[in-house]
Amino acid sequence: MIEKFNIPKKYIGPFLISAIVVAAHLSFGVLDSWNKFGIALLAAMVTESLFSKLMTGKWRDLSSAYISGNSAGILVRSPMIWPFALCAAISIASKYVFRFKGTHIWNPTNFGIVVMLLIASDSMAVLSIQWGSNMWAMILIWLVGFVVISKVKLFHVCAVYIISFLAFGWIRSLYTGSIYLAEIAPLTGPMYQLFVLFMITDPKTTVSSRNGRMIVAFMIALVEMFFRFGEAVYAPFYALFVVGPVALIIDILWKEHLENKEEKLSGVVSKVSRLD
Amino acid sequence: MNQKVVKQFIAIFIFLILLSVPYGIKKYDEVVNAVFQGEMSEVIERYGFYLEDVTEQIGVNFIHQRVTIDEKLHHILPQISSMGASVSVVDFNNDGLQDFYLTNSEFGTSNALYKNLGEGSFIDVAEELGIANLNLPDLGASMGTVWGDYNNDGYEDLFLYRWGRPELFRNDGGNGFTRVTESAGFISHINSNTAIWFDYNNNGYLDLFIGGYYHEDVNLFNLEDTRMMPDSYEYATNGGLNYLYENQGDGTFRDVSEAMGLQDTRKWTLAALAADINDSGFPDLILANDYGVDEIFINEGGEGFLSVGEQAGIGFVPKSGMSVGIGDILNQGRYSIYITNISEAGVLMQGNNLWVPGREPNSTVPRYRNLAGNMGVEIGDWAYGGLFVDLDNSGYIDLYVANGYVSDEPDTDYWYDYSRVVGGNRNVIIDAVNWPAMDGRTFSGYQTNKIWLNDGAGRFRDVSGSVVENIAMDSRSVASADLFGDGSLDLIVANQNQTVTVYKNYGSSDNNWIGFHLIGNKSNKSAIGATLLLHWDDKLSKKDVSGGGSFSSQNQRTVHFGLGDVERVEKLEIRWPSGIVQEINSPDLNMNHTIEEPSDVTTLNRERE
Repeated sequence: MIEKFNIPKKYIGPFLISAIVVAAHLSFGVLDSWNKFGIALLAAMVTESLFSKLMTGKWRDLSSAYISGNSAGILVRSPMIWPFALCAAISIASKYVFRFKGTHIWNPTNFGIVVMLLIASDSMAVLSIQWGSNMWAMILIWLVGFVVISKVKLFHVCAVYIISFLAFGWIRSLYTGSIYLAEIAPLTGPMYQLFVLFMITDPKTTVSSRNGRMIVAFMIALVEMFFRFGEAVYAPFYALFVVGPVALIIDILWKEHLENKEEKLSGVVSKVSRLD
Repeated sequence: MNQKVVKQFIAIFIFLILLSVPYGIKKYDEVVNAVFQGEMSEVIERYGFYLEDVTEQIGVNFIHQRVTIDEKLHHILPQISSMGASVSVVDFNNDGLQDFYLTNSEFGTSNALYKNLGEGSFIDVAEELGIANLNLPDLGASMGTVWGDYNNDGYEDLFLYRWGRPELFRNDGGNGFTRVTESAGFISHINSNTAIWFDYNNNGYLDLFIGGYYHEDVNLFNLEDTRMMPDSYEYATNGGLNYLYENQGDGTFRDVSEAMGLQDTRKWTLAALAADINDSGFPDLILANDYGVDEIFINEGGEGFLSVGEQAGIGFVPKSGMSVGIGDILNQGRYSIYITNISEAGVLMQGNNLWVPGREPNSTVPRYRNLAGNMGVEIGDWAYGGLFVDLDNSGYIDLYVANGYVSDEPDTDYWYDYSRVVGGNRNVIIDAVNWPAMDGRTFSGYQTNKIWLNDGAGRFRDVSGSVVENIAMDSRSVASADLFGDGSLDLIVANQNQTVTVYKNYGSSDNNWIGFHLIGNKSNKSAIGATLLLHWDDKLSKKDVSGGGSFSSQNQRTVHFGLGDVERVEKLEIRWPSGIVQEINSPDLNMNHTIEEPSDVTTLNRERE
């Protein structure tokens, strides 16, 4: 009897990003080099292991570090090798340093990229060009990405963000006078594919409710619009950097508030029932 | 303090160390490349040379003007019309003094041929010699020139490439030039930014390679379709074709591009250079391509070219190739290849490439590794011409890199708009209509050129802030020549839409030098393609007589070697394109030697073992 093969949920992300990296590099040489990519991967996993051991006393599963290392390896563009390692290490370290009520509040790679742009912009940039000139390759990556994201029930996040981006692109076009196609052009590049498929859908740094996630996706697109008005080349990263933690903290506090309320209510109910 | 807090402190401490890494690296670089401010004599004592801008002083007052293109492209005119300032050095009248030719671009403007009068002064003679008024609407805009004696009459002839019609001017004994384009048989229209003379089949006549940038069907002055931009920022497939014209020896040229395997792709070629990189006796081609990977074509005995870029290691990662230069950086008798690209802090960090060959003897295809980072010549800016030149006569070649794209309104920036479009898909980037208007914004402008001094031990040091008054020009083409006959190589830098700059090199008198002016007999008269191997002080320095290279430039024909404080060289070996090998023992130093190709000396065995 042939059993249906299922990838464990936590390995779907690593599987998807590996598939994209291998396909994109073999087709278009999208990586700076395998060496630099490997260094990012290694730095992410070593940092994760060390921090995990230091903080919890245990070795932890490295699938999350693997995704962060992949993202850093693809997104960082530098002729030097150290920015790849440093971005990956900072990304992972941030998870252990910036925590709110036991949860890390920034998407690690988003944090790493933004911090690197702030402290090492003269040594690195971020992938901002397309892979290949073939539109079908781009469409295929989107389709495969959406299918996999649907599997983990996060398609709505991508959909809301993309629709919002397209709408705000129209507003930007009206405001700046530049043509609509130029405003939405970045959406056809790999930076956005990684951003949409991996960063804003990161389960660890998204809010808990479906509606909440959709509001956050909308807010990211909205804040991004203002960064774009300020001509920030990496506007989506900055927007997520700002919106992500705020949304997560509100979500955590709101959940806590509801739990407290529930506790109080159940206390009142039990008091009333005792009185009865 | 409980254990959890201690661990938290340790985590924060490690995190802060990580954050401080870039700062530490930056500080280290600042210390290593600290600018030295001192009197000229102090600078010469410390670095071995000083460059002084003497442009006005020597009578040169040339201003390049960019060409006006079709109004459908006016919104991005500064970036389309971003090339055309070029310089090529020549001794056009064989008086032993180095003259130089500058191109202008705007219709109605004149090109200039500055004749060296010999006492530190120059005069523009282009008009009287018939090679000034060459920027005309029906002919196109000048982009560059290369000099080569195509008819072996002993005088260097002029080839002009344009966005428009390429043209050939025969040098009539140094007294004037005759347009011979019609009989030559070149393509009638090409958007070219590079051309080089070389004798690809070693038959004694100079052939011509012309690189295509925009598609040859695109008329930038009367545009039919705005879908003429690159179809990808890194993998563009819609550039102009490259051409190879074989010299028939009777004043005509035959198009052999396709037959020789040079038209299989449509990359956006910006620079070309010919050199025998595998010691086969035949010159190979190295091409720097914008919007894609660079290429190497191995010459198969003059019967065809084989594309080996990927195999050689240079043709895999796509960047924005702008210029190609070669040089024996460690005096080991091997050429490294330097290709400039674009670096803009925080936006696009391609880095320049220094391709250093491996040590595989008798390899048909040399393998290269990019050691630009290791050697300290990686981060330029928006770079164009990259020129190897021994500025301090130390015997180790240094590197001059011309930087700067469009300097317009200060404190403005076009990068945000640019990044939106180049990040888009084919259908977005290809159409000029989709490119946001520049509106007078600066685009990687006000950048300083780089001068990297070779320490002879595998590192280059940035001395640009110390050895010359800082310049912030939109530099394109740079050429070297001993303009003042003092044994130091001076520089001419052509700047886009700006005035040209001539730098006199005040070299240290402590260092010796030697120069060789070759005249071919069986080989082409210009001796282009001859390889010179100088044995000195247990070193082996290799240089070629070049028919053009870097970005739209050509150096003086005389091959110059710096020698440091060494007072004797063992011998010079000349490998002429004809196959003749000549040796000269212990030539005198601190002078230029004129050497004619002999007729019956040891012939190089071209057979591979």
